[in-house]
Amino acid sequence: MDALVALDDVSLTYGGAADGTLALDGTSLRIGGGEFVAVVGPSGCGKSSLMKLVTGLVRPQKGAVTVAGREVTGPVKIAGMAFQNPSLLPWRTTRDNILLPLEIVQPHRSRFRAHRAEYIAKVEALLATVGLAGCGDRFPWQLSGGMQQRASLCRALIHEPELLMLDEPFAALDAFTREDLWCVLRDLWEARRFTVILVTHDLHEAVFLADTIHVMSARPGRIVATRQVDFPRPRDLSICYEPAFVERVQELRQYIAGVRLA
Amino acid sequence: MTRDTLQERLAPWICTIALLLFWEGACRGFAIDPFILPPPSAVAGAFVKYWSPLLKNAWVTLWTTLVGFAIAVGFGLLLGIVIGWSRVIYNGLYPMMVGFNAVPKVAVVPILIIWFGIGEVPAIITAFLIFFFPIVVNVATGIATIEPELEDVLRALGARKMDIMVKVGIPRSLPYFFASLKVAITLAFVGAVVSETVGANVGIGNLMLQAGANFQLPLVFAGLVTLAVMGIVMYALFARLEVRLAGWAFRSGMNASR
Ligand SMILES: Nc1ncnc2c1ncn2[C@@H]1O[C@H](COP(=O)(O)OP(=O)(O)OP(=O)(O)O)[C@@H](O)[C@H]1O
Ligand SMILES: [Mg+2]
Repeated sequence: MDALVALDDVSLTYGGAADGTLALDGTSLRIGGGEFVAVVGPSGCGKSSLMKLVTGLVRPQKGAVTVAGREVTGPVKIAGMAFQNPSLLPWRTTRDNILLPLEIVQPHRSRFRAHRAEYIAKVEALLATVGLAGCGDRFPWQLSGGMQQRASLCRALIHEPELLMLDEPFAALDAFTREDLWCVLRDLWEARRFTVILVTHDLHEAVFLADTIHVMSARPGRIVATRQVDFPRPRDLSICYEPAFVERVQELRQYIAGVRLA
Repeated sequence: MTRDTLQERLAPWICTIALLLFWEGACRGFAIDPFILPPPSAVAGAFVKYWSPLLKNAWVTLWTTLVGFAIAVGFGLLLGIVIGWSRVIYNGLYPMMVGFNAVPKVAVVPILIIWFGIGEVPAIITAFLIFFFPIVVNVATGIATIEPELEDVLRALGARKMDIMVKVGIPRSLPYFFASLKVAITLAFVGAVVSETVGANVGIGNLMLQAGANFQLPLVFAGLVTLAVMGIVMYALFARLEVRLAGWAFRSGMNASR
């Protein structure tokens, strides 16, 4: 299997080795290129830690993390990230916020000044695909929460990363906006087929969007179950109300309830 | 809407004029001895009569304060960035900076005079000390409180610490920086004047001391008014600059509260 991301028997402890918090213990996971993966699990089980390991922000004490065939020893640079908090810079317009990764990551960094117009056109095109056409000049505080989250998604995608890391990106949104953004994410993924790791607490979200759902145990986290979701793509929001879908969600819910008690 | 803003604009002038009228009226009505409290008209008279020495001494106070300020901005920004740069330096130096900030700088003036003698140097250093610590503390705070998630987004892209400083840390600390300036500017004149009173032969502080010794109370008050005006003008300048350089904080805050 051509895994883009692989974790082999990874353990991660925060703080000292003796009295620190053991966040992940013996976690193994394989994610293929172009796969849409959701990670669910009880709160505090180490999902965000898993994201930090894959992007190279923290190093494991034990085991190995491999991304794109190379062991991760520092920031991976092929990843874009978005979190629950959009964390846009209030002194930059939406457009300039989305340009930020290009000012940092190579090869765009050295081309940035000379090719600014080209990059701005790219931002405008991306804004249009997430439904923010013409909002580039606005400042973040002039956008609603949902619009800010769309912009944050654009910022994660502007450098065309192979790997998109989303940590509860839609958790703070209302139900309608969340469903809109599911569709935005679905369409972006259908068009570009990057690899997605989506951490979420919303089982509907996981089943609707993902190919594969990994369930983590309570802390110290490890993957205790993996479920394939084989509903045909492209999926329409209406499948959320089909019995097969609801059954899937129900099965996962019971599984997680069991994990929490364990 | 326009009428509101007009009223808002006129309000400070009306209040000032009302205070002056009240002061004049009280002096005349209660027949207060002008040696105890001169009425505004007498103060205005002192301005007319002594405009040249007032201007000359005010200029000395102003430039010593501004030189102290300029040095403080340079070193304060630098040290603030260094302190905000790393957790360890922050934890090590921040309490000390807060401690220095809490020391009344006026109390340091006699020491400065012992070290540097009579003249402009103690005044410059006093102004410097008054600006320096708030700038350091505020800039360091602004930089040290960057949202960790944003830092993760950038670090995952391979951003160096320097990139994060330039793109996020420094712009983010600007509102904190201006907040510290607006508080410090009013105190800075106090510092300069005290050190002039104790250890200089020029400056508004010295002028007021001499006028007081000669029982020229209207001139003392003219000196006070000059200081007040300089304070207001400097404050207004900083506020202007703040709107230009860090207006985003103001606007986003304003919008959020409405
Ligand atoms: N920087 C850190 N220092 C010390 N402990 C940490 C740190 N980050 C996380 N932890 C601990 O590691 C464990 C896993 O944290 P993590 O943030 O990965 O959980 P999570 O699954 O993302 O939780 P949630 O669903 O609530 O977001 C928690 O017990 C947490 O207290
Ligand atoms: Mg988390």
